[in-house]
Amino acid sequence: MNFDFSDDQKQLRDQARKFLTEKCSPKAVRAILDGKAPYDKALWKGLAEMGFLGVAIPEDFGGAGAGHLELCVIAEEMGRANAPVPFSSTVYLAAEALLIAGSDSQKKKWLPAIASGEAIGTLALFEGKGNPSPKNIKLTAANGVLNGVKKPVADGAIADFAVVAARTGSSGRDGDIALFIVDLKGGGVEVKNLTNLDPTRGQAEITFRDCKAEPLGAAGEGWSILTQVLDRAAVLCAFEQVGGSDRALEMGRDYALDRIAFGRQIGSFQAVKHMLADMYVSATLARSNSYYGAWALSTNAGELPEAAAAARISATQAFQHCAKNNIQVHGGMGFTWEFDCHMYYRRANAMALGLGSLSYWEDQLIDRMRKKNAA
Amino acid sequence: MNFEDTPQEAAFRATARAWIAANAPQQYEDELRKSSLGRTQLKNANILEVAKAWQKKKADAGWACLHWPKDYGGRGSSPIERVIWQQEEGPFGKLSGMFIIGHGMCGPTMMAFAREEHKRSYLPPLASGVKVWCQLFSEPAGGSDVAGLRTRAERDGEDWVINGQKIWTSGAHYSDYGILLTRTDPNVAKHKGLTMFFLDMKTPGVEVRPIKQASGASDFNEVYFTNVRIPDHQRLGEVNDGWNVSLTTLMNERMSIGAGVSTGFPELFDYCSSLMLDDGPAIEDRAVRAKLANWAVKASGLRYTSMRAISALSKGERPGPENSIGKLVAGSMIQDVATYALDLQGAAGVVSGPEDAEVAGRFQAMLLRAPGTRVEGGTDEIMRNIIAERVLGLPGDIRVDKDVPFNKIPTKGRS
Repeated sequence: MNFDFSDDQKQLRDQARKFLTEKCSPKAVRAILDGKAPYDKALWKGLAEMGFLGVAIPEDFGGAGAGHLELCVIAEEMGRANAPVPFSSTVYLAAEALLIAGSDSQKKKWLPAIASGEAIGTLALFEGKGNPSPKNIKLTAANGVLNGVKKPVADGAIADFAVVAARTGSSGRDGDIALFIVDLKGGGVEVKNLTNLDPTRGQAEITFRDCKAEPLGAAGEGWSILTQVLDRAAVLCAFEQVGGSDRALEMGRDYALDRIAFGRQIGSFQAVKHMLADMYVSATLARSNSYYGAWALSTNAGELPEAAAAARISATQAFQHCAKNNIQVHGGMGFTWEFDCHMYYRRANAMALGLGSLSYWEDQLIDRMRKKNAA
Repeated sequence: MNFEDTPQEAAFRATARAWIAANAPQQYEDELRKSSLGRTQLKNANILEVAKAWQKKKADAGWACLHWPKDYGGRGSSPIERVIWQQEEGPFGKLSGMFIIGHGMCGPTMMAFAREEHKRSYLPPLASGVKVWCQLFSEPAGGSDVAGLRTRAERDGEDWVINGQKIWTSGAHYSDYGILLTRTDPNVAKHKGLTMFFLDMKTPGVEVRPIKQASGASDFNEVYFTNVRIPDHQRLGEVNDGWNVSLTTLMNERMSIGAGVSTGFPELFDYCSSLMLDDGPAIEDRAVRAKLANWAVKASGLRYTSMRAISALSKGERPGPENSIGKLVAGSMIQDVATYALDLQGAAGVVSGPEDAEVAGRFQAMLLRAPGTRVEGGTDEIMRNIIAERVLGLPGDIRVDKDVPFNKIPTKGRS
């Protein structure tokens, strides 16, 4: 048994960490937080040059052709650094949708552009409140044009193209849903920026008015493709959350070692030690669940739906837990704009919702465990 | 990343599997599979006898204490082979409960500190389960603070004379031997005046009194020592170096990986899968599903954490510290799981008798046994301290008794 990343993959992780420590300092993240730009363009370019954007994209389509385990280790580092770039939208959602369902010409058009950093992509799924569900998709597709409103769309304001979930029928079945690719730089699209919890990753409202769109995947397969995309993204996001959890835990630990109160290091008080120990427990459970998700993702195993839901839940809980208690360990200073704690708190809570809420995934996990038991 | 055995591991697994299939007490398999915390007896047989017979059979064929040297009754196996054995032994591994302390703690301590002739005479019958060992560390005045123990050992010629009391001694009532931590010098700081021995539990002056637990069962004992004589050649380690000897014992316990900790989750998931609530099947209830999902990811997280440690062993590396979370997570979880299972039963949850209770009262038994899991072998609080200090590198507690002679440490909180 080798339930661990290989030496080469660990080396890639070190390489990514070194790169991000240099190019994605807390100061750089803060510049985006303060609204100086919608995302870190220089970092995005650097990620493309390092080959990180296309690490799981086959060489035939301009990528490095490494694989999803490699993408997992990079995702962990992206989360650790709180990188203010549209990585998850472009790489986990748009690129994965293209890899699963794209025609050869669609892949040729968009995947090399993603790998080279020229195209930002996203998934336009949500329409206001609610979780992923066919019944929540009202935007219509008819005669090759889309009409409706999507919000929130992650990185929607800076994306070049979107994979859009649309309704093509009203039978009440999953087959009513189809996916389309829309060039957001073309006509029929109106984009409005939305203020959101985590300004280092934008959210937008996109209105489609008789907007020309190209089908992605077979008609009637939209919901099934979407489910696969969300599962794959759940594992990849889990690695970002694991990276973020570890960083938040380290920040809390370091502060507990440095800060003196009542004449001693605050990390010598059991109330603080036990809080940090519990953060370590959450982070460890999340990492182990995510490793299993990585295995299932990289081998496309039948266990992926269950593994993805478990990784998603565990990593969401861990990141929220570590980020909030990191602030608690810091006391008043943790609640200032000046300290970096709130950047992880914002990211943790935004990520907890991005692919559907925690309660949605809890429900999914039990459904999937029941299916497995019945099989 | 893969879950496959190496060719050598696969060969070892096949040999183990074939031997178990041919030799295990299959008639108890189903019952053992269904046993859970607080409900570990067999209906028509004495589990201690079944356990001893199975252990002896394993030892005769070379499958006992796999990682011990052959000369001492083991097989000389690698750590990963030991894990593979545990995986293959499956429910029959539950029969090893009465040997865990002897094999996991007493044996390794003997191996590190006993004289060669003692190792050769005492270890093989310990491995084969013919003799059962217990560990006499905790005292009324020293539980989490084990170095606060007060049982005295005083030198008298070639012997030591022991007086005092131990408590929470698992299995003392059926043990043949024990390792015993005593105070030999009360005039120095508490960690510096301790000495370790081993002794025959039939020695005159040793009295074992079972403790009736909050659950009603009796797994633990008080052990009284009145002028008990132990020859000096049964001393383990140097005089007054008992603290370091005990650290070896405890370290060995924490090295044991793969046995798996019980969370109660599989039992609860099974139960909820067939349970009907007032409004329909429990498994379709949103609130039930949310609870189940939260426990599911803890159980799977522990399972995969253990697999990460096993992978390190397979590569010949030392496992990281991540396995230290197991007991902490599982202990409080099984208590919560049992509480929730009863909540789902409504008023009927109060009935605990196996004949009348839901699912034969397994969750009631679990609930009543669960508080012990959060205390025994290191309380939740001690486990958190260990994680905070050894894994995260946070400072140890400020110890007010550190440089104080033991006999000057206060013994009462309020007078």
